[in-house]
Amino acid sequence: MRPPLRLAGLTKHYGGSAVVDGFDLELEPGRCHGLLGPNGAGKTTTLRLALGLIQADAGTVELLGHPMPARARLGRQKVGVVPQVDSLDPDFTVRENLQTYGRYFGLSGREIEARIPDLLDFAGLAGKADAPILNLSGGMKRRLTLARALVNDPDLIFLDEPTTGLDPQARHLIWQGLRRLIGQGKTLLLTTHFMDEAERLCDVISVMDRGRVIARGSPRELIASHIEPHVVEVFGDGLAEWKACAGDLCHRCETAGETLFCYTDAPDKVVAHLEGRPALRYLHRPANLEDVFLKLTGRDLRD
Amino acid sequence: MNASTSLTWFPVWRRNFLVWKKLAMPSLLGNLADPMLYMLGLGYGLGGLLPAVDGVPYLNFLAAGTLAYSVMNSATFETLYSAFSRMHVQKTWDAILNTPLGLPDILLGELFWATAKSLLSGVAILLVVWALGLYEDFAMTLALLPVALLTGFCFAGLGLSINAVSPNYDFFLYYFTLAITPMILLGGVFYPPTALPGWLAAIAAWLPLTHAIELARPLILGHWPQQILLHATALVAFGSLGFLAALKLTRRRLLR
Repeated sequence: MRPPLRLAGLTKHYGGSAVVDGFDLELEPGRCHGLLGPNGAGKTTTLRLALGLIQADAGTVELLGHPMPARARLGRQKVGVVPQVDSLDPDFTVRENLQTYGRYFGLSGREIEARIPDLLDFAGLAGKADAPILNLSGGMKRRLTLARALVNDPDLIFLDEPTTGLDPQARHLIWQGLRRLIGQGKTLLLTTHFMDEAERLCDVISVMDRGRVIARGSPRELIASHIEPHVVEVFGDGLAEWKACAGDLCHRCETAGETLFCYTDAPDKVVAHLEGRPALRYLHRPANLEDVFLKLTGRDLRD
Repeated sequence: MNASTSLTWFPVWRRNFLVWKKLAMPSLLGNLADPMLYMLGLGYGLGGLLPAVDGVPYLNFLAAGTLAYSVMNSATFETLYSAFSRMHVQKTWDAILNTPLGLPDILLGELFWATAKSLLSGVAILLVVWALGLYEDFAMTLALLPVALLTGFCFAGLGLSINAVSPNYDFFLYYFTLAITPMILLGGVFYPPTALPGWLAAIAAWLPLTHAIELARPLILGHWPQQILLHATALVAFGSLGFLAALKLTRRRLLR
């Protein structure tokens, strides 16, 4: 089966610096793919290149079999996009938003009208069809944006930080919806800053930094291959003195602010040592995707 | 993408129309109130002090200028403030760009929408002209409809090019101060261009609004305009150049 999206050697410069730099990606049909990276890593630019909105300086984009941006109109016909920034039409009701958006895909009023009940149901907005956008909560707006992206029954869906700014309840609802889409055989490409989101939803994750892929694999593979399985976070009074011991007790230590992160295969040794230091507090947990991410992209703040 | 040969821009036009429909009455009243107040206030107020201008009462003289100026204003406001809201604030254009439609579809939709909306402003003024009997030959006033259409097209195209380079709403004041206001004052809305000194009249003759009024005024006063082709071509040219600039500049702004 042909990959829904194939990016090869993709490069895009802005003002002399490469924002996307020789990026390769091939999506597997029916899978959820994550694109992780710090701010400015080139995630959004990659999505815009994939959609044929901007022209690459080098490399090729094939979206659902169509070269982009040469055949952008065809390529985007079966693609859904959930953008980072809310772009619902504030002058319209929920229903009018879906109708208007469907028309941009050349769908007839009748076709769209037939899909609206399912879309509202999917978004948990049944009964809200005639509500004005201004009356919707942030979570409802996000769900409507997701429903809007499905109005053309897409094969491939781009989601650019779909749960940013939502409360945990609203995030879980979105995740539930995304899992249903994966279950229906849709292909998803998701960018996010939430590692738990990527860990829960994605089959394959590409970690991106400075326009390049620096690691790729399933969440488990990434954790297994890039990082020690256990983490002990240590904080509290006397941390500075204890730090000297830490080097012998674990494989790798990192300081972030007032916390020391100890990465190790043998957490018991560290924990036993810490038990003798009541002034220090600690948290022992399995390593997760965030640890991988921070190891690969560093702890420096990006702007 | 060859947008102009098909109607792919129509959903964009339709979207604007549907929003407008919700607020049609206040919008129409707003369009009508300002030019009407000018026309009636100056027409009766100032007209009472004036002898006949160009052989007709001042109110009749003012009608054509008011119509052209009203169409210009309507197209300009739509392509500046309203289009800017859709492009920059509501991100409506960004949402549309994620669908099969492209930037030419969006801008053509906006161009034709602003043209249609401003035509409606022209029609509103025309209704007043008819109601007050400010015309000589009724059949001839029907030719004001294509004039309003061309005028709307012209200023819609120009407005979109200004929208494309505007960082915020305040920027539009430059356009009003440097382009729209001089046109209202020099383009022949309030007096015949012959009243200006030669050098100023020569400049005024180039202004798009002057071309619109050169077409509109004779039609209200009951004779066919001179140099119809020149004035019509000028309006189409200004509008088309504005539109092409808008296409290029908006692409640079949104799709880089």
